[in-house]
Order: sequence, then C-alpha cells, then structure tokens
Amino acid sequence: MPSNKVVIMGGRVIDPARNIDGPADVLIATGKVEDVTERPLESAPSGYEVIDATGLVVAPGFIDLHTHLREPGLEHKETIATGASAAARGGFTTVCAMPNTEPAQDSASVIEDVLRRAASGAAVRVLPIGAITVGRRGKTLAPLAELAEAGAVGFSDDGDPVADANIMRQALSYAGDLGLPIINHAEDKSLVRGGVMNEGPVANRLGLAGVPAEAEAVMVARDIHLAEVTGGRLHIPHVSTRRSVEHVRAAKARGLNVTAEVTPHHLTLTDAWVYGLHGETPDSVGLIAYDTNTKVNPPLRSADDVEAVIEALADGTIDFIATDHAPHAETDKVCTYAEAAHGINLLETAFGSVMSLVADGRIDLVTLIHRLTAAPAAFLGRQMGTLTQGYPADLVLLDPTAGWEVDTRQFASRSRNTPLGGVVLRGRVISTIYGGKVVHDIRTETAATAAGRGKA
Amino acid sequence: MSDQGNQLQHTVQVAAEPGTAAARRSSTTGTGQEPSAQGQFLGEPRRHLLDMDDISAGEIDGLLNSAEGMREVLGRDVRKTPALRGKSVITIFFESSTRTRVSFEQAGKVLGADVINVTASASSVTKGESLLNTVRTLQAMQIDALVIRHPHSGAPYFVADHVDAAVINAGDGTHAHPTQTLLDLFTIRRRLGVLKGLKIAIIGDILYSRVARSDIIGFLKMGTSVTVCAPPTLLPAGWRSGRPLKDSGPFDGVQITRTVEEAVEGADVIMPLRIQQERQDAGHLPSLREYSTRYGINSVRLALAKPEALLMHPGPMNEGVEISTDVAHGAQSVIEEQVSNGVAIRMAVLYALCARGRSHAQ
Repeated sequence: MPSNKVVIMGGRVIDPARNIDGPADVLIATGKVEDVTERPLESAPSGYEVIDATGLVVAPGFIDLHTHLREPGLEHKETIATGASAAARGGFTTVCAMPNTEPAQDSASVIEDVLRRAASGAAVRVLPIGAITVGRRGKTLAPLAELAEAGAVGFSDDGDPVADANIMRQALSYAGDLGLPIINHAEDKSLVRGGVMNEGPVANRLGLAGVPAEAEAVMVARDIHLAEVTGGRLHIPHVSTRRSVEHVRAAKARGLNVTAEVTPHHLTLTDAWVYGLHGETPDSVGLIAYDTNTKVNPPLRSADDVEAVIEALADGTIDFIATDHAPHAETDKVCTYAEAAHGINLLETAFGSVMSLVADGRIDLVTLIHRLTAAPAAFLGRQMGTLTQGYPADLVLLDPTAGWEVDTRQFASRSRNTPLGGVVLRGRVISTIYGGKVVHDIRTETAATAAGRGKA
Repeated sequence: MSDQGNQLQHTVQVAAEPGTAAARRSSTTGTGQEPSAQGQFLGEPRRHLLDMDDISAGEIDGLLNSAEGMREVLGRDVRKTPALRGKSVITIFFESSTRTRVSFEQAGKVLGADVINVTASASSVTKGESLLNTVRTLQAMQIDALVIRHPHSGAPYFVADHVDAAVINAGDGTHAHPTQTLLDLFTIRRRLGVLKGLKIAIIGDILYSRVARSDIIGFLKMGTSVTVCAPPTLLPAGWRSGRPLKDSGPFDGVQITRTVEEAVEGADVIMPLRIQQERQDAGHLPSLREYSTRYGINSVRLALAKPEALLMHPGPMNEGVEISTDVAHGAQSVIEEQVSNGVAIRMAVLYALCARGRSHAQ
C-alpha cells in the first residue's frame, strides 16, 4: 500500500506552465500536487514516501489528444487497459480515445461504456472523443450535446474526414456553442484516389500511388474558412505538410479559433523510411523495402515538410504534439504495402523520438515539454498539465539523454507496428506517476517484467 | 548435338556462373564492398530478379549473351534441353497476362524444368496473409523458382523476403517488370548491334507504367539516352518537360519533352506505351481520341526518327490509340520479335537463377 504522501526529490523540475525550471522537490498528498519547493529540501519530510529523481527531469505527465485504444470492438489490436499501460510507459497520464471503435463513439452509451471500462482497467486517465456524425459516416450529426454531457472532450470522425462542407459547417457551429472543438481529419479523398504514401520521388521509385500534399492542405483551408464564418473551434490533427502549416499560421494571425497538432513521426521521419533503411535511400530497392510499418495516414512526408512542422511546433503555430497511436495486429501489416492498414504504434516511443529534436537543437527541452503538457491541457481546458497546487499529481521522471533500443517485444501495447524496432533513441521515460501513484517505473519494472515473462 | 550443347554451356557461363567477372561486377555494383539490400555478398550468385536497379551492365550483357544461346536452342527442330531437368518452376499470376506467363512457361519447359502455372485472382486473395500463406504453401513443395505477377507494387519483394526459392518479378503494380526490360535490350542489341549512345523515346503513360520504370533504369545503365513524353497528367510528380531529370536516383538524366515530335526526332527506338481506358475515366485524359491526336505514334511521327529506327511496344497494344495500325505492323516494327525474344530472355533468367540449385541459396 503506497503511503498517502509522496515526495519526489533530487530532480530538475520543469513545469512550463508556471515557468519553473530548476532543482526542486515535488510534494504530493492524496493524489494531488501539494507543493513544488522553491529549492531542494535538506531532507525528506517525515511521513512522506521518497521517490528518487536524482539526475532526472521531473515534469507534468504528458497528455495525448489523439490515441486509438481500439476498444470496444477491435480488442485484437489494443484494449483500453493495454493502451493505457502503453501510455504509462510512454509518460502519458492522460490519453484521449478516438472514436473509430466498433461501434463508434457516437452515442452517450458508448462514451459512458468507454469511461466505465477505463475506470476499472486503465493505468492512466482516458478521455473519450465523440464522433461528429452518426457512425462516422459524415451524413448526419451525432448527438453532440449528449456526447459532451457523457464526457466527450471534443468531436472527430477520425480517419474519415467530413467531406460534406455543409455538415462540417453545421458541426463547427453546433459544437462551438458547446465550447468543444471539431477535430477533422484534413484530407480531400478525391485527391488521395488510391494513394498509399506521400507523392514524390520515393513513391515514384517504388511504384506506389502517391498522396499529394494538397490533399491535406485544401481541406485545412476549407475548414479554416468554415471555422471563421461559424466562429466554431477547429482543431487540425496530425498536420503533415508545409502548406497546411502556412494555412494555420495565417489563421492564427487573423485571430481565429484554430489549433493544430503534429505527431512524433511527422516530426522525425520522412517518406524515405518506406525504403526500410531508417530513412536512408538505397542504390537498389531491397527486400526490406515497402516497410508496411511506415504506412500511416497522413503519410510520412518529404524532408521539407518535416522541416516545416518542426519550425511550426517550435514557434507555436502548431500547438502541441499528439501521437495518433494506432496499434494494428501483425496480420494487418504482414502483407503488401497497398493492403496494409494505416497507423503506427506510438505511445512508447513518442518521447524518445521527439527528444531527437532537442538533441539537434531544433527545440529546447522546456518548450518540448510544454508541447506535451501545458499546451494540450490548455486545449482541453482542464486542471492538468502543470504542477499547480491541488491539481492531480500526474508526473513523469525523464532521463533526457539516456539511450535505449526500441524492442517491440517489451511493448505494453498489444501491437508491435512501428518502423523504429531496433532503433536507438535518446531520451527515456524513467517513471510515470498518475494521481500520486507510480504506474510505471523502469527501475523496478525491468526485473519484474523479466520474471513475469519467464513464467509465461 | 554436342556442339549445340557446348554453345549453350558457354553462353550461360558468361551469364550466371558464380565467380565470373559478370557475377562479381553485379554484386559490387552501387554498394561497393557492402552487402547489397538483397543480401548478395561479393562473389555470390544472384538469388532473385526483382528490378533492374541492382544489376550491373556486365551482368546484363551476360544475360543478353546467354539469351543468344537460348535463341539458338529455340531455333532447333527439337526445342528441348536438359539444363533445368528436375527443377521446379511455379508461375503465379495475380493479374491477367498472356504473353508473359506463356513466355515463362515455354522458357521453363524448353529448359527441361517442371513448370506449374497457378492462377490466383487478386480478388480471392485480398489479404496479405493469404498471399503469404499461398507462397509458403508453394514453398513447401520444394520449388526452385517462383515467377510472380501481382497488382501491388512490392509484392515480389515481400514474397522473396519470406521464401527460399528464387523469385522473379513478372510485373508488380506500377513498379517494375525487369524481364521486359531485358527482352527490350536484347531486341535492340540484336537489331542495332549496340546499345551505348542510342536515343530511346518512350511515349505515354509513364506514371502508371512498370515497363517504363524498369526500362528507364535498364536503358540508362546500358548507356543509352532516354527521352520521355506524356501528357503532364501521366508523368510522375515533379517530372516536367524542358530539362533533364535530377535527384531522382536511377531515373537521373531522363529527358522530358513537351511534344511527341521533339521526343521522336532523331530517335533510334520509339516505344509507345499502352493507354488504358481507366486513365480517361480517372481524369488523366479528356479522351483517347485526343490522346491519339496529340501523342499517338503514326507514320508521320515515325518519319521524324532515324530511318532505321525500331518501333517497339511492350503490349498489349491499343491500335489506333497510342499506335496506328500501319506502323504497328510496318517495316520498322519489331513488336512480334520482342515476344519471341521474351522466351529466350526468360530462359536465360531462369537458367541463371535455377541452375545452381537450392542448396546454394542462403
């Protein structure tokens, strides 16, 4: 039984929302933040259990606005429990469950069901996102107010964009009145046709049908216009192209209620990863090419697009990082590229991936943590993402320089679909604390996990 | 009889025996001392034929020389050699094909191999797991070579990664068709004597053409120039007329012209590509009639090429669309010769990949 009171000692506390960056200790009582000390304590206060953070960064727990937990209906890929455990291992204390479940999260009862399942089995907080339209079919609005009442924090038809401009306009207007965002997968399907990867030299080389950058950008432009005329809240998920970034930047300059997110993979991987050589371009296409674990929607883009989204994340044009964690079973990926399912398993590699931006001097650590914590918390408008007194004691302990090799066999996620298997990442989540309780600690888990696996 | 056998032995040695200059050059092409992406190490024989990008000019020469010997076999009264007796070749086509499948079948049979044809409709084998299971099932039957055609680009790579047999790409999606390129090179070399320095014009649906992709790579490798011309809607993204292609890997150096007249002017070889009705339906073209007017190869345009220029077509043709009937069957047409040369080339390829036996595959 963990004690009620916990002190995290010896670390460097980074809390971007409160401009804290320095040696300090964090006091926790009854699952909430009690205090962040001005300077390190001389010794542990009596009655507190001590968590050692020497040499580590202590930060608010990460918040993921875009997670596919697959339950109900697709439990062979992921469950709320396994997805939440993967989140804990990745440093996320809050994940927002996307509605492309079976059935879709388009009714209050499904939203309530997800919350009920999460309450009994999830290691971290799960906030559901409701569907925009019934069955995510883009025809008629889902009962948005009822979904909000049941706990939906926003609305999205996820991989299915709202193609009908009238429905999108009504949705922005109606949800705006509820104060909740419409999260529209920005993709004009008529420009995608049969595309399976980014249009460009790599697609041409591999003979794969290309998805042009404008398939995203034209939808972003349309949605921004509709948000402007309705006054609704528009959120653009997984921005992947330079032109989309320019649209968002212009919208923000005009003061529109528009936000945007970017994924770790669009920040760090290019379409050359489809060659299967970790981004290298080979002289001849090898058997390991057509790496289906790189197939994702929107697709991995050009180096220029990657550059643009990094700049936009650093300057705040893109508000925060969201994973688009999309677990898929092996049979969904062991096939030809055209047949493979879209999506990358992200939660457990997200922090290690984006830390490469810090290592490369593209973004500073404090800003990066802001984009994983305070920024998505502001988007949700909830008391989280900062170590303010009385807020939930959701924290991560990070080693910003520790190198580790991605071993998908160690994933808590039920699926293994990442192109990063075997890649050495620098920057590791050491421990995750949710509501004052340790839900992940690499220092104690390694031995326990090994023992557990030995039994199995 | 024995003379003929010796000649075959001689020609295929040039192509395929490990340790020959051709084999060594092939394994070191591009990647220096490093193992290539297909796992070939210095001096080891080729395991698969998937595209033209990992074959050296020397190895191509060897295969063309070998095909000369195969042609001689095909010209005999009794078209049969025991070169691949006891070997099993399976052709599995997930897409309709006449000439390629029959050509592989005939090639295998003339060489004495047991050839089994599997026809699989892509619609009944829609999930990748099924493709994997299908080829694993075939693998369990101790086959030496698997000739595969599939509507999805990369499918032969996927298969080669999961089976021990030699895999020959007989066309994958819009990606590659290496035996077509080899037979095209063979046909040109037989007719014109050389490859280096020729001007080859490829006209039409470059965007969706696996023949164009493999041909461009193979032709450039053999020292020809390649000029392409197509409506802008049927060129790959970023390909614009007016200046040679760069930063495009093995396609670097391709010339792109706006008009078909510029492309065919002074050409040694003209190759119109099949235009499919689907292109019109998908908005790439206003109409096949307009395509024919602007890009079709007819006697007037053919006259702009060199007098001895060859007219080639990978088939199947839409006469009256990309090619007019009179030139398709005219004096400069070598289209039927391409088909008969296809058998010789596929014999050379099968021999190169199968003759050494499974035990040498890693």
